[in-house]
Amino acid sequence: MTTLAAVVGVGQTHHRAKRGDVSMAGLLREAVDRALADAELTFDDIDAIVIGKAPDLFEGVMMPELYLAEALGAPGKPLLRVHTAGSVGGSTAIVAASLVEAGIHERVLTVAFEKQSESNAMWALSIPVPFIMPVHAGAGGYFAPHVRSYIRRSGAPTHIGAIVAAKDRQNALKNPFAHLQNPDTTFESVMASQMLWDPIRYDETCPSSDGACALVIASEDAVQRSGIKNPAWIHGTQMRSEPTTAAERDQVNPHAGREAAAALWKQAGITSPIDEIDCAEIYVPFSWFEPMWLENLGFAEQGGGWKLTEAGETAIGGRIPVNMSGGVLSSNPIGASGMLRFGEAALQVMGEAGEHQVDGARKALGHAYGGGSQFFAMWVVGADKPTH
Amino acid sequence: MTDVGTLHAPMKVEFDYTRSLGPTLSEFMTGLKRRQILGGKLADGTVAVPPPEFDPQTYDPITELVPVGSEGVVQSWVWVPEPVPGQPLDKPFAFAQIVLDGTDRPLLHAVAVEAPDQIATGQRVRAVWAEETVGAITDIRWFEPEGDGPATVPGPEGEAVNGIIAPVNLSYDYAASPEESKFFRGLADGKLIGQRCPVCEKVYVPPRGACPVDGVPTTDEVEVADRGTVTTFCIVNVPFTGQQIPIPYVSAYVLLDGADIAFLHLILGIDAADVRMGLRVKAVWKPRDEWGTTIANISHFEPTGEPDADFETYKVHL
Repeated sequence: MTTLAAVVGVGQTHHRAKRGDVSMAGLLREAVDRALADAELTFDDIDAIVIGKAPDLFEGVMMPELYLAEALGAPGKPLLRVHTAGSVGGSTAIVAASLVEAGIHERVLTVAFEKQSESNAMWALSIPVPFIMPVHAGAGGYFAPHVRSYIRRSGAPTHIGAIVAAKDRQNALKNPFAHLQNPDTTFESVMASQMLWDPIRYDETCPSSDGACALVIASEDAVQRSGIKNPAWIHGTQMRSEPTTAAERDQVNPHAGREAAAALWKQAGITSPIDEIDCAEIYVPFSWFEPMWLENLGFAEQGGGWKLTEAGETAIGGRIPVNMSGGVLSSNPIGASGMLRFGEAALQVMGEAGEHQVDGARKALGHAYGGGSQFFAMWVVGADKPTH
Repeated sequence: MTDVGTLHAPMKVEFDYTRSLGPTLSEFMTGLKRRQILGGKLADGTVAVPPPEFDPQTYDPITELVPVGSEGVVQSWVWVPEPVPGQPLDKPFAFAQIVLDGTDRPLLHAVAVEAPDQIATGQRVRAVWAEETVGAITDIRWFEPEGDGPATVPGPEGEAVNGIIAPVNLSYDYAASPEESKFFRGLADGKLIGQRCPVCEKVYVPPRGACPVDGVPTTDEVEVADRGTVTTFCIVNVPFTGQQIPIPYVSAYVLLDGADIAFLHLILGIDAADVRMGLRVKAVWKPRDEWGTTIANISHFEPTGEPDADFETYKVHL
């Protein structure tokens, strides 16, 4: 690493089922304008733009980065698109951070989005392919069997998923940007909701959202020259990938995720994540992935993630608060969801998370995964500059 | 069916995307519905059609739209001798860059002329409007050489246009890999043929051609049994666009005896609520005269009646 980098601006839209009042470009621009304002910068100050979104078929606009160039202030500047399925929001932010850390650019604008109302992700993920059985049923159909495997392997009680869903939906009430704002969602109502992809209940699944998130990442020098007093310093970034299907691949606790986390903690100088990380925004599109990723990330031993959830340790005020913003379970503009995790982690250490702020948060994790659990992206941000 | 070459099959991907337009393009499309072309006034004082949503120099939103002419000058053109479906005309025509009166940048649209010698740079053309306008760029059917014909008749006032439907229609010739082709052809003979990695010795069904772990070609063919163990599964209760199997159905990973990777198939012949991890199942083949080169030759899997497999025997496959 040539220079330190920090998040100096965070912007996001009010995530909704349908933003019929704006185009894709307009949606992105809302997040971008807020991030620039937060960073006290204008387009003139930006050296490069890195954009991410999920598969093109989700909206049917091929290479949307071309059409979006003017909305992003990109003419005359490097514009780069990143694509790693659902983890793309995270890996996009990491590519932007890398451009700054490498000393190539001083200030990079990064943005990720999805306008799910223009399409149907379930359809896009279940297109029948010749010669094989058409049993695919969207992301829920893909992940539900692996959730069942987790329950079997860990011995978790079958109500753990409902605890996560109720917690995240209640957290969303503290976040004005969150899509789902339903005070009536409780543990009991989640348990009573329909089994969609048994063992996943309706209320244990993420919504389909329109939304965008943008970050401004600046070099140490640029931070010093700015008026920003509370940047979120980037302490470490990691990405890993692995084949979707391989013989004896661990689909519950994927190797790539474990390896990325181990490298991240080492890079960030962290020896005991649960003791040294104050809060985490983890990509949980189906409730059970909270305990699964707690184990994958090393916050708990294998088979022990659900115990943290059950004991309330992942609630705000617990030992390791998870998804204070309401998480993916409360807002899921797919391409943006990973960047929202990274941005919300930054907001926590900047002390700007509002009602869902964790008191005294100094170090936070942002995490995203995508595809069939084959892409992982994560970072640690801190209120202080890294010292190792 | 010949055994030469890989298997091919047509594959269609179709969807009607619903675009929301945002303020600038809504006003433009609403104008078209009323048979009026609106241009966007850019920061440098020039006018562009269609109006960009954001200014290419200042990046600010374009908020001022001004009426421009339905007539203009051909700046450049290309002849389309063989139109394809979905194009503005079904006979040869020209695509042209047309600078409308009152604008500074060209609009790309079709010009209807009989032959390429009837169009030229500098030629004046005018819009031919659809009988019924809906608020889309196709409300201008095409342009034609300016003549003495009737002037444009204003369209209905109508409601503002906030969105458009954008159909996408892709037709592929889907090709299976050489290894998959062997597998599918084996199915046409009632056989399940996988391949073993020469390094890790894992058997892949369907075969891959290369081991995803060792990165070496998988050349050894192995026939595996048409029975196996359900490793894990889900019960699909959710209806969705394009669904081919009535809900609820059990989508299960079946680890065939002799294979080292499970594959997804359908479980029937048992109440969905009774399906469990470790359940022993066997393939139920369709009548032989219905077989093709597809996994669908196996209608589904059903319980064998054997005792469930011990968790230890399949736990590494989860």
